[in-house]
Amino acid sequence: MAFEYEKWLRPGKLPHIWCPGCGHGIVMKGLIRALDTLQLKKEETAIVSGIGCASRLPGYMDCCTLHTAHGRAAAFATGVKMARPEMNVILCGGDGDGTAIGGNHFIHACRRNIDMTYIIMNNMIYGMTGGQFSPCTPTGAKASTTPYGNPDPGFDIAKLAIGAGASFVARGTAFHANQIDKLIVEAIQHKGFSVVEILDDCPTTYGRRNKYKSVIEMMNRLKDIAVPVKAAEKMDPEQLKGKVLTGVLYKEDKPEYCEQYKAVIERAQGAAR
Amino acid sequence: MEKKLPTIEVIEKYCKGCHICVEFCPTKVLEMQGFVVGVKNLEACIKCMQCELRCPDFAIKVTA
Repeated sequence: MAFEYEKWLRPGKLPHIWCPGCGHGIVMKGLIRALDTLQLKKEETAIVSGIGCASRLPGYMDCCTLHTAHGRAAAFATGVKMARPEMNVILCGGDGDGTAIGGNHFIHACRRNIDMTYIIMNNMIYGMTGGQFSPCTPTGAKASTTPYGNPDPGFDIAKLAIGAGASFVARGTAFHANQIDKLIVEAIQHKGFSVVEILDDCPTTYGRRNKYKSVIEMMNRLKDIAVPVKAAEKMDPEQLKGKVLTGVLYKEDKPEYCEQYKAVIERAQGAAR
Repeated sequence: MEKKLPTIEVIEKYCKGCHICVEFCPTKVLEMQGFVVGVKNLEACIKCMQCELRCPDFAIKVTA
């Protein structure tokens, strides 16, 4: 039987607004398969996003959704999780929303290790606002605000998340579609702040300016640069030049924030008596 | 015994013609028919479901 994506989609919302060949749709399908695998209840699943192309995702999903201010998804989601710790809170957004405008919220959510899952769709550009360069745009790439090439080096979101204290970090690509749901399942099951970075393509604002002739070329690029973590262990640093590791990059058991906060409340109530 | 063929349903209203399914089909079952994708050679289908997985627009459904 074909997979029934419709049961997690709001009726009448398709076709979605994403451009032809945009990988966000592939990520949304991966998320739906992951939610279905885990058999989560719709009333106990909250999807929170900021502003941007990738942040349009909750608009199509049939569960508790929250579309918030630019970059502030982590702040709103922390509120949801603190008020209702039984909820499965999933954040989603793009690279600009998550690491530039919401950079501070992102690193502090990682530091707190609150039990949420952040899916960052990294298409290396601000797609919705007209192709401005984002913190993940690679050096030398062209964007509408860097027509002669971007002088800045790009962020490595996975390393940033590990450095900031996230307890689960994974990376996948939109090309490797059957890996996405497995990574998201593992991230949701992990207790603590989980970051799943999905490398994505933006044919309209990134591909067009950077001499990618078609969506297929952008997808082939994702196919070429991705190296699974296990395969990378056997490779030399020379072979890994220009490659990106995919799979589960980091996993650690750490105290979770909601439980820590509950302990603080109990201590305070004990002291008051 | 005759091989049981899968059915590949293309929802034309959703298809945006991005070519991803056509290009990455390992046995070249699909082709572009004008703006939207169509089934060219159903006998070659190996039910790998890659077209359904990679379609960003929810436009392909493969029933094995």
